[in-house]
Amino acid sequence: MKIHEYQAKEIFRKYNVRVPEGQPAFSVAEALSAYDTLGSETVVVKAQIHAGGRGKGGGIKLAHSRNDVEALATQMLGMNLVTHQTGPEGKEVQRLLIETGIDIAQEFYAGIVLDRKESKFVFMVSTEGGVEIEKVAAETPEKIIKVWIDPEDGLIATQAATLAQALGLQGAQLDSGVEIFTALWTAFIGLDCSLMEINPLVVTKSDVVIALDAKINFDGNGLFRHPELQELRDESEEDPAEAEASAYNLNYIKLDGNVGCMVNGAGLAMGTMDIIKLKGGEPANFLDVGGVANPETVANGFKIILTDPNVQAILINIFGGIVRCDRVAQGVIDAMETITVDIPVVIRLEGTNAQQASELLERSPLDFIVANSLSDAAEKAVAATFRGAA
Amino acid sequence: MSVLVGSDTRLVIQGITGTEGTFHGQQMIDYGTNVVAGVTPGKGGQEALGVPVFNAVSEAIQHKNANTSVIFVPPKFAAGAIVEAISAGLDLVICITEGIPAADMVKVNHALENKPTRLVGPNCPGVITPGQAKVGIMPGFIHTPGTIGIMSRSGTLTYEAVHQIGTQGMGQSTVIGIGGDPIIGTTFIDMLELFAVDDDTEGVVMIGEIGGTAEEEAAQWVTDNNFSKPMVSFIAGQTAPPGRRMGHAGAIIAGGKGTAKEKMAALQSAGIQVVESPADIGQGMVEMLKR
Repeated sequence: MKIHEYQAKEIFRKYNVRVPEGQPAFSVAEALSAYDTLGSETVVVKAQIHAGGRGKGGGIKLAHSRNDVEALATQMLGMNLVTHQTGPEGKEVQRLLIETGIDIAQEFYAGIVLDRKESKFVFMVSTEGGVEIEKVAAETPEKIIKVWIDPEDGLIATQAATLAQALGLQGAQLDSGVEIFTALWTAFIGLDCSLMEINPLVVTKSDVVIALDAKINFDGNGLFRHPELQELRDESEEDPAEAEASAYNLNYIKLDGNVGCMVNGAGLAMGTMDIIKLKGGEPANFLDVGGVANPETVANGFKIILTDPNVQAILINIFGGIVRCDRVAQGVIDAMETITVDIPVVIRLEGTNAQQASELLERSPLDFIVANSLSDAAEKAVAATFRGAA
Repeated sequence: MSVLVGSDTRLVIQGITGTEGTFHGQQMIDYGTNVVAGVTPGKGGQEALGVPVFNAVSEAIQHKNANTSVIFVPPKFAAGAIVEAISAGLDLVICITEGIPAADMVKVNHALENKPTRLVGPNCPGVITPGQAKVGIMPGFIHTPGTIGIMSRSGTLTYEAVHQIGTQGMGQSTVIGIGGDPIIGTTFIDMLELFAVDDDTEGVVMIGEIGGTAEEEAAQWVTDNNFSKPMVSFIAGQTAPPGRRMGHAGAIIAGGKGTAKEKMAALQSAGIQVVESPADIGQGMVEMLKR
């Protein structure tokens, strides 16, 4: 789960990670009131969206007066911010963060992620702050200094010092660095984060290390331990169909094609998308209906797929293991009696009771296209998009 | 011969009294798996599915000589269940549970260090040696005893591969789902080591997917060790968009890394037959075996 920068900074404050003074604003009036409360002549107006690269896209700007704040807030709220992470369609700015300006001496990068290869969390810092860290990793990997964190001991003092020294911090700066790294790790592990990035982490002219930016992603599997984090979720940042699907416990990701897919299992769902493409079509979505393909799940799956106007045919691909194919078939028949599906539906059911399933489908008055292999199903679905488009 | 599970498996089911444990426990017994005990803390002394239930894994070892466990415990308690099985000294622990926090798995991985226990999963369908033992949630009847080893990060896509291998008139030596999470116990490389020395395995199917570098590492291992058994591979997620988690916690292209394209290229350069279509896995193996 992703959250906004201002929310991440509120969390940082609780964990004693230094951040600039700041306040969120949902309107121009709130932005002005934040400016008045902060009492700093120069502030930064920061667009709050769940994507990086905001500065380059015009979503982070300095304001030197109250009038500046008013002008910038008016301009940014409601604007469509396009960054390298939002895709060309961009994201609408609905929230701002108004923050006290900081006298920056130096900019760094700091991040914590899971290192899958080592099966440990890794704390990374780099002197190359304020730029795309992926680029640094690809071009000058030696400029990223890493320490791997022992799950028993956590980030120990010598490791925090190693990180601070790697950034060239000395004296008061070093102490401040050790303090912030230790606090960041405590927040990371305490809240089951999956990613934490501070880019830039800065040293101020008064030798204090401070998180100028804050990005936190939470491990969805760890959220049961932190129910309070649920309220940080901003559903307006999510695709409405994806949010609806998650309410139905379905795993849906919208894509740009015209062949809707309903599949059981994530791997097979990806494989189905791949074969649609190979047969000359474009998958419209990833949809994993999971182990229980009952009438309700199938009906919900149809509803979600049909919210996408680009879909011209639907391919249902179920490998029945524990879930019996005849039950899935009955589920599809029942679902199509409650929901109007006016585009072609191709069905491929394989596995337990596949024979009974195909008999059920053939007996049904509904107009299915029954396929007998994965390849056949993809071909028929792609061909059906021409029929569906007509 | 076979790998990991077989007729010598003496299985304890952790979470036997839960819905999943009961349902799949019965399926495993029906398949002929030697289920010797169950474990549910606080329910020791009861009986379930015709076997005794113990409070702890150690008791199942002591009284019933269990050597393998399968875990159907909810995500909240699953890491604890794995660590218990490791501490008790079981040879093999297969964790089916999906949704275990990554931080918990980091600790589990730490607990595995320098221990004889092998972990499979979590978030996997389990392991089956057709005709001998089924330890997991896969449909037993689609499998037939044979000579092709199958290893996969997926569930239903594995069944698809099993089905195709069967349709081509071949069977499977052992089929394993290694799991879709970022941190897993047994890796593709671990399985290649086992398949390499298993006389019953003539060829290996590897089903990978986007995210991480497990496939690239396997490709490197194949090259470094001159693994000579015919291999066919399919990588799911060729059309997956970057930055999106495709169902499995581990299936994500992050920072431009972990794409299907990179993986397919690495596998091809190791001499592995890479099929672009998931429908060509069985046919691909037939062609490899002819060479």
